[in-house]
Amino acid sequence: MSASRPASEKPATDYPLNVIVATDCGSTTTKAILIEKVGDEYRQTYRGEAPTTVEAPFEDVTRGVLNAIAEIEELSGRKILDGEKILAPCRDAKTGVDIYISTSSAGGGLQMMVTGVVQNMTGESAQRAALGAGAIVIDTLASNDGRLPHEKIERIRTMRPDMILMSGGTDGGAVTHVVEMAEYIAAAEPRPRFGATYKLPLIYAGNKEAQPQVRKILGEKAALEVTDNIRPVLEKENLAPARNKIHDLFLEHVMQQAPGYKKLIEMAGAPIMPTPAAVGLIMETIAKREHLNLIGVDIGGATTDVFSVFDNAFNRTVSANLGMSYSISNVLAEAGLANIMRWVPFTIDEQTLRNRIKNKMVRPTTIPQTLDELQIEQAIAREALRLALIHHKSLATGLKGIQQERTISDAFEQQTSGKSLVDMLKLDLIVGSGGILSHAPRRIQSMLMMVDAYEPLGCTMLSVDSIFMMPHLGVLSTINEKAATDVFVRDCMVYLGTCVAPIGQLKDGERLADYDIAFPDGRTVKDQLKMGELRLFPLGLDQKAKLTMQPVKTVNLGQGAGVPVSREVLGGVAGLLLDGRGRPLQLPVDESTRVAALTKWFHAVDLYPRS
Amino acid sequence: MAHSYTPGLTVTEQTVIRRRRQLPLPGTVLVAVGDLVQSNQPVARAELPGKVYPLNLANQLGVAPDEIKEYLTKKEGELVRKDEVLAENKPLIKWFKTEILSPITGTVESLSTITGQVLLREPPRVLELLAYVDGTIVEVQPRQGVTVEARCSLVQGIFGIGGETSGVLAIAVAKPDEVLTPAHLKADMKGKIVVGGSFLSAETMAKAKDIGVAGLVVGGIHDKDLRALLGYDLGVAITGTEQVGFTLILTEGFGAIPMAQKTFALLSAHAGEKAAVSGATQIRAGVIRPEIIIAKASGSASAGVAAVPQREGIRIGDPVRIIRDPLFGKIGEVSALPSDLQKIPTESDARVLEVRFPDGQVAVIPRTNIEVIEGA
Repeated sequence: MSASRPASEKPATDYPLNVIVATDCGSTTTKAILIEKVGDEYRQTYRGEAPTTVEAPFEDVTRGVLNAIAEIEELSGRKILDGEKILAPCRDAKTGVDIYISTSSAGGGLQMMVTGVVQNMTGESAQRAALGAGAIVIDTLASNDGRLPHEKIERIRTMRPDMILMSGGTDGGAVTHVVEMAEYIAAAEPRPRFGATYKLPLIYAGNKEAQPQVRKILGEKAALEVTDNIRPVLEKENLAPARNKIHDLFLEHVMQQAPGYKKLIEMAGAPIMPTPAAVGLIMETIAKREHLNLIGVDIGGATTDVFSVFDNAFNRTVSANLGMSYSISNVLAEAGLANIMRWVPFTIDEQTLRNRIKNKMVRPTTIPQTLDELQIEQAIAREALRLALIHHKSLATGLKGIQQERTISDAFEQQTSGKSLVDMLKLDLIVGSGGILSHAPRRIQSMLMMVDAYEPLGCTMLSVDSIFMMPHLGVLSTINEKAATDVFVRDCMVYLGTCVAPIGQLKDGERLADYDIAFPDGRTVKDQLKMGELRLFPLGLDQKAKLTMQPVKTVNLGQGAGVPVSREVLGGVAGLLLDGRGRPLQLPVDESTRVAALTKWFHAVDLYPRS
Repeated sequence: MAHSYTPGLTVTEQTVIRRRRQLPLPGTVLVAVGDLVQSNQPVARAELPGKVYPLNLANQLGVAPDEIKEYLTKKEGELVRKDEVLAENKPLIKWFKTEILSPITGTVESLSTITGQVLLREPPRVLELLAYVDGTIVEVQPRQGVTVEARCSLVQGIFGIGGETSGVLAIAVAKPDEVLTPAHLKADMKGKIVVGGSFLSAETMAKAKDIGVAGLVVGGIHDKDLRALLGYDLGVAITGTEQVGFTLILTEGFGAIPMAQKTFALLSAHAGEKAAVSGATQIRAGVIRPEIIIAKASGSASAGVAAVPQREGIRIGDPVRIIRDPLFGKIGEVSALPSDLQKIPTESDARVLEVRFPDGQVAVIPRTNIEVIEGA
């Protein structure tokens, strides 16, 4: 585990870590896992879960932690708690743990406002710095954002961010616009969400020439921290110093204001990481270790975090208010009812569906008890995943506003600066995490949710976090790399299989491609994939099959229209999925035709139990 | 699972609550520890900074930013009236004179010789913080606010919209499963907190607004009616600032769901008494639930701190409400707590419990799909 570390780390223990208990305090549920050294390797042995207790009467996140750990105690027979204290280090083979660590996104996460001078240049750089630190960016203000000065001031006053990041200007460039923004912030007198008695943390990471003026204007009104410029020159981004500052301030100021965090920090043997930061560490590590381009997603109760690594460039976005519990109603608001309904394989009246979604919003810890409820939640998850990826693509871009060196051949391509780095044709692996993906009763459900939402092109592997433990392993990787790697490889990452999706659209039932699959047991399958077909072949974990596919001349398998593809494809717990539904995916508009198509697809891959 | 349970909503005849009343910025506290206060009595006051108006004088006068001081007729901190000359140039020929008039009445907050801007601020707005409940002041945080303690009956709702208000409780329906219709609403309900049964429609809400009721308390509403009332689709449950004419509190959820008998009985027992209500809901950190508080006479609180309920977990016999379909809204009591995971119809393995309903039927429900009716 070699990805970048947050700035503030306190050393782990000076004795061997053989038994580790880790929790992730999510916005809805607190998940605990027990990791034990078995022989020479670390394994995840037991898990517990409890509602996150930011609710009255507790309003103390440690209560949910203790409840989740109590469940592990019950299941493992190991005594971990002494009243409300964690027994550390281990007393004997059945008493105590060597360290307790935690991640957290409870409390609504870190909500930031960022400012820049030019919206799609320093504004976006500031946004990337904040998102990269695991923050939710609630607004980006810029000199040219089209809002009048008083509107900007009002916006700062009403949004009540946890922290503000100011950027703008290249080093040595003009200072006027940066100072102007500082004046607006000073005039707004921003107040933090939590705690009326402390000053709002504000990071200045803009033109260094403007530092004295910014200090003069904001030094008294905010807890000002000055760091290196995010965009020292137009062609370069320098996000790490600002990100590290965000981490430090989050731990020092914001997290401690949320209910019970001071106690949680005291309980933990290592710094508590924001969940998206921890998951990001793991995703970045997978991509680097396996030399892959990947998209990772963690779909939670309040937010959906998307990570991508393309050609070693790591990006992370946090889509605030796209989630499966607290924010479920916002998925409906953003996606629209029709987009959700297009994934539901039965008819349901709008009123009933709306009421059900709102009831989940107000009682976020509930789980679907009936099959139709599960299908509705998985339909909503597809839309949350889809919207979060659109958001991610728009932010994971190259630098905007810079001149690119172009050759004569480039001149024929209409490629502008700031193109999205997310290229689905170059994508090797999609990694899913979060309750709805990790806890789907059948793994094929996780696979199809991601395939439907992301529409992978050509050949793409998919995997899922087995029981939702990536955040725990992210923080563990900062104190014990071997333990994190062992558990990640053995217990966490579950390969689902490969999806093969031709690009193109034909009439329903028309031939898309001829295929020939040579399975490892010597069996071969030769057939045609037709438009509108979904086929799933069993191909187990660590098994490889040889796939040869000849698309028709208007259809592309990633190598160009009509160009045949021959390659090895990896299996997984779900298998090899041939997706002949075309790209971009188009679902029938007519309701009965759509329900029939969904039913056919779902039956084809045995998605749900048939009653 | 000894400790695990889903916290429920409190419905109790007798409790002591403390409500912290905090100014959004430092101000003056108007009461002292031990004072008896009424719900509509101001307990603290602050001056909210007025709106800010930036004016780029350098641009308007066509001068360099560092020269603007020479043209200003007012200094930092000085008062200025609307249309009063704020800055002017002094050309040799009067014709070319430019006067910049103040767009507001207020003060010159700051001027910047780097940007050439002047920031004007409107006079502060006085904010009075009310006690919200009838009770006793038990704590004062100088310049910040107070804590009011009250002995009261308390009903927590699941969701609400609208801010704090108070009024006399009026029970408009005979039974908790009766729908509140426009016909139930009478002109004399103006300014009252009207308690309905299982449901109210958009038409009933429109009539409530016409009459001027202060608050509505019902089992449920349809989400589409909420959207029509607000004018937008509510994305996340963070409410309390809506201004729709009344404060609305749902005790059960969305849809037509009978109000819990216990809730209805408690509210009915206090018909004609004054209640303080708040629709503010926030389900994320620092959870806020809508509430109906009926303070006991004299407002005197018991000595000691408001008790925080401490529970060890769900117990057999606990009254619970099912909070997920297919039995959403049904109320029963826990009849068994099997410890092993069980497969539910979705094929998930879940921790479950058995609930016995008043008609004797028993259902197996995931533990996370029930909530304990607190304050028994």
